[in-house]
Amino acid sequence: MIPAPFDYVAADSAEHAIDLLARHGDDAKVLAGGHSLLPMMKLRLAAPEVLIDIARVSDLAGISVDGDELVIGATTRHADLVSSELVRADAPLLAHAASLVGDPQIRHRGTIGGSLAHADPAADLPMALVALGGSVELTGASGTRRVAADDFFAGFFETALEPGELLTAVRVPRRPGIAWGYQKFVRRANDWAIVGAAAIDGRIALANMGSVPLRARAAEQALADGASATEASELAAEGTSPGEDIHADRAFRQHLARVLTRRALEHIS
Amino acid sequence: MSILGTRVLRTEDPRFLTTGGVYTEDLTDDALDGACHVFFVRSPIAHARIGRVDLSAALAAPGVIAAFAGADLADLPSIEPMMAGMLNAKMTRRLLALDKVRFVGDPVAVVVTEHPYQGEDAVELVDVDYEPLPAVVDFDGALSNETILFEDAGTNVAVEFGNAASLKPELFDGCEVVVSHTFANQRVAPAPMESRAAAAVWGEDGRLTSWIPNQGAQSARDDLAKMLGIEASQVRMITPDVGGAFGAKFGADPEHAVVAWVSRQLGRPARWTETRFENLISMTHGRGQRHTITIGGSRDGDVLGYRLEIIQDGGAYPRIGAVLPFLTIMMATGPYLIPNAEAIGTSIVTTTTPVGAYRGAGRPEATAALERAMDLFAAEIGMDPADVRRRNLLPPFSEPHQTAFGALYDSGDYAAALDKALEAAGYAELRAEQARRRVSGDTVQFGIGVSCYVEITGGGDEAGAPQENATVEVHPDGTATILTGTSPHGQGHSTAWAMIASEELGIPVENFTVKWGDTDLIPVGGGTGGSRSLQQGGAAVQQASKELIELARERAAAALEASASDLQFDPGRSAFAVAGDPDASVRLADLATDERLFVHSIFTAPGATFPFGTHVAVAEVDTETGKAVLRRVITVDDAGRVLNPLLAEGQRHGGIAQGAAQALLEEVVYDADGNPLTASFADYPIVSATELPSFELASMETPTSYNPLGVKGIGEAGTIGATPAVQSAIIDAVAHLGVRHVEMPATPMRIWRALQEASAQGTESESA
Amino acid sequence: MQVELTVNGEQRSDDVEPRLLLVHYLREVCGLRAANIGCDTTSCGACTVLLNGESVKSCTVLAAQATGQDVVTAEGLAPAGELHPVQAAFRAEHGLQCGFCTPGMVMAAVSLLKENPSPTEEQVREGLEGNLCRCTGYHNIVRAVLAASGQAEVTA
Repeated sequence: MIPAPFDYVAADSAEHAIDLLARHGDDAKVLAGGHSLLPMMKLRLAAPEVLIDIARVSDLAGISVDGDELVIGATTRHADLVSSELVRADAPLLAHAASLVGDPQIRHRGTIGGSLAHADPAADLPMALVALGGSVELTGASGTRRVAADDFFAGFFETALEPGELLTAVRVPRRPGIAWGYQKFVRRANDWAIVGAAAIDGRIALANMGSVPLRARAAEQALADGASATEASELAAEGTSPGEDIHADRAFRQHLARVLTRRALEHIS
Repeated sequence: MSILGTRVLRTEDPRFLTTGGVYTEDLTDDALDGACHVFFVRSPIAHARIGRVDLSAALAAPGVIAAFAGADLADLPSIEPMMAGMLNAKMTRRLLALDKVRFVGDPVAVVVTEHPYQGEDAVELVDVDYEPLPAVVDFDGALSNETILFEDAGTNVAVEFGNAASLKPELFDGCEVVVSHTFANQRVAPAPMESRAAAAVWGEDGRLTSWIPNQGAQSARDDLAKMLGIEASQVRMITPDVGGAFGAKFGADPEHAVVAWVSRQLGRPARWTETRFENLISMTHGRGQRHTITIGGSRDGDVLGYRLEIIQDGGAYPRIGAVLPFLTIMMATGPYLIPNAEAIGTSIVTTTTPVGAYRGAGRPEATAALERAMDLFAAEIGMDPADVRRRNLLPPFSEPHQTAFGALYDSGDYAAALDKALEAAGYAELRAEQARRRVSGDTVQFGIGVSCYVEITGGGDEAGAPQENATVEVHPDGTATILTGTSPHGQGHSTAWAMIASEELGIPVENFTVKWGDTDLIPVGGGTGGSRSLQQGGAAVQQASKELIELARERAAAALEASASDLQFDPGRSAFAVAGDPDASVRLADLATDERLFVHSIFTAPGATFPFGTHVAVAEVDTETGKAVLRRVITVDDAGRVLNPLLAEGQRHGGIAQGAAQALLEEVVYDADGNPLTASFADYPIVSATELPSFELASMETPTSYNPLGVKGIGEAGTIGATPAVQSAIIDAVAHLGVRHVEMPATPMRIWRALQEASAQGTESESA
Repeated sequence: MQVELTVNGEQRSDDVEPRLLLVHYLREVCGLRAANIGCDTTSCGACTVLLNGESVKSCTVLAAQATGQDVVTAEGLAPAGELHPVQAAFRAEHGLQCGFCTPGMVMAAVSLLKENPSPTEEQVREGLEGNLCRCTGYHNIVRAVLAASGQAEVTA
């Protein structure tokens, strides 16, 4: 299968990409690794008229420290997150999550910005960012704004990105030495999560339990009130209304959310 | 030293590893220059009447040469179901659906373009009016005949093999224990890595040359000719490299004929390669049976009665799948001696993808039903399932054994295979580990599954006894050519057939060229399927080689001016020498100088052979999440003498993986409206390296007398043994928690639900 | 549009449609048909090639995206007539049957061993999770990769 025809433009800077976005509006899509977008285009679920390739924009790549945060360029690949000493030391949960995305070939191409902007609620990096309490930098013609992960994911494959905005960087709090837990329930290693749970520092995020990566707030509150991992995890599915598919109905997903949350929390303690 | 039985590396491999195989899509034959590309418009609805088919927008799209709908091909004959004498002959099909579509994926039109990319764009522009009809997806829905797929047939039943009225009510008289259960042997996708494809061109002489990935050029040629309404002699079928088949590439499909028809219509070569999406909805699926088993016997473990009732989902158009209950019934009692047994089957049509052969084809179903029954019986009487099996196995036999279902088992020692497998597995230690795990109450529990099987390979057909032909020719330069009627697609015939001939002729394996899959060169052949190739095709190569030596002996006698009876053939030198005078010799190759030196020979076997074995599987089940993980698979697969252990082991590995995948992962799923939910490799969970362990193979070789090589078929045995062993291991892991059965594939949700139900029942019985 | 890249050491410049997938570029424009297409969903890995030394699925890379980069296919792993050590190990261990997944599997294995020269069996299995094979049950493929890493005895 092949995508419908489109025009291709390679941006040579973030400003250039934003200019192009402004010029082409809704007809354009941003291409980085292409591992979320191209599969959709091949299935003709997306048919943009223009692709703006940002893969060669050097200031959108790279990982650096900014005070108590890591700043990760949007075109940083999953494989780079996995191998980055900085990420492994300061945000090991993120490195671990990236190591579970797809398969090696996908990790060699897919980018953190692409994965977050794609906003698949079953994906690893959105859940990881929510668990870490990270944020994204969205840059448009009028400047850059920061949006917390909790506010970024707006719905099934929907985000807070406004027309003309480019996801330029990802920020995650540096938490060296802080224990974390990460559970991804799959049938085959390279599948999307049937349910996922990530926990760190009192925060719990769930994958594929709704239209966006969710916080298990009732369980978090219980933890804050001194509940054990077992007690808190019993509340992990509270307020969720997960979808149903051939892998899991709602009751099974909610059950998995409780079990995986407990296991993630137990890994911490 | 004999080369037979040694691990000869494949001569095929270097090109596959470097430039890659030349599959149908890779062909660069000059005859295909300027080929147009065919794209199918497929029904998005499971069951509907076809109204207007509007091709105009597609015809106006860039690069579109032509577009055709069913009406354009209405002159071509209807396709009757194969074995139409057996299957309901009114369940016919058109190359492109004409009045009705009967499954999602049913081809209704084609668009033909200059370039493949244009075709993908243009198929979206074909507009078809459908008047939807109710989908018929499940067994009971089809059997109710509320919605009929073929009005002329008046029923959804394609064929019955016996019926309920023939069942004996007294079958279980005298049994202390009788257990009955109904379960599915679910539909799976063969999913060869190479999907289907075709290339076609018509010569000025009016003959068609067709390239199709297939399992036997001769049957593919015959199918294609029939669909096109021409004589088989008008078709030259060529088999390129084939990227896996597993039973699903036997013969030719309607799409292949449409490509040939388009080529004729447009007067230029035509090509087609299907997408994986198309492949998963329109290449035949496998399995698709529902079993009701009843098993009875004594409390000390003697099985006295067994009944198997089969419903076979044939899919939308009955094909080989609809006939498979015949084989399932034939193998119903497998390796056991069961005094009273009966089996019946009904094949139905549903608004789903047609069902065909898939690795094992009918025998895995028989084994799965029987082994599940054995486990349920063992559980009911509280006996170790391996002990129950051993107690009921047929004793060893070397003279053919006739079963009540018409099978004639050639040779077997089933208990030896069981014991060998249990020993290789360390069965007692596995049970001890299981007991420890159960006592500990560990979240992850441990299960062991045992499955004994016997299966049928290399059976004949209605035409008579199984046979195959081979031609062996020695060339003056010391090389040799083998022509075979078999058709490898991964099995390694080039290496294996060369080994067999090398043994006789003394020509090194690397000096052989093995050819197959060109019907002008090899007009007759049975192809490769039903695990027949070595026992018949290989035997034919051996027979032709031996006959060639005798032919050459006469020439050598003339050359050496000696009596033929005084000549000895020395394979070490590939030369004839006069007894007692080794200097008076002539090389085999030199005898081909003046006149071609070749023999064509047909090998006929007395009948089918019956490989057997035992598989042991070890699985762990996470009792909280329901996730099952396969930890070990230990197998004994006795297929007689082993020609090349490397190749035989490879066949076993692949078979085991596919068998395990059916128990663990794979299932074709439709929703109630007949929409396929597993139409991509993202949704159809084809097994990957991470879900499988390395396999532990124990060897056992009980020769057959049915061919001089002493070999039986090994292609499907792994699949047949593995599925029930893996399913059993998973159930065994949670059996102590009250679970007796989990449907295949044993998904986490199914296992979790089974545990929930068992726990609820346990609570009920406690409170009662 | 024009793409300029290196394929198996050869500098190339070709005019292509923007939507041309790298796998089609390699197969149809370069005539390198070892890489195959086995699915529509970036699942099977039959089209795996090396892009700047790393395994990628060429069905999910535009030829345009490969501009300025270095592509190696199964044809280019070893000089003509020779086998790369990974290819040789696949042959020695019977790690291929029908051959359709093989070029992609070999490229994935090359990339895997570059990143982890001494993988465990489990790491090999995980490293090949993006490559499907329907024939071998993966058993001999795993052995081949371990053998190529010098960790398993090569059956000769």
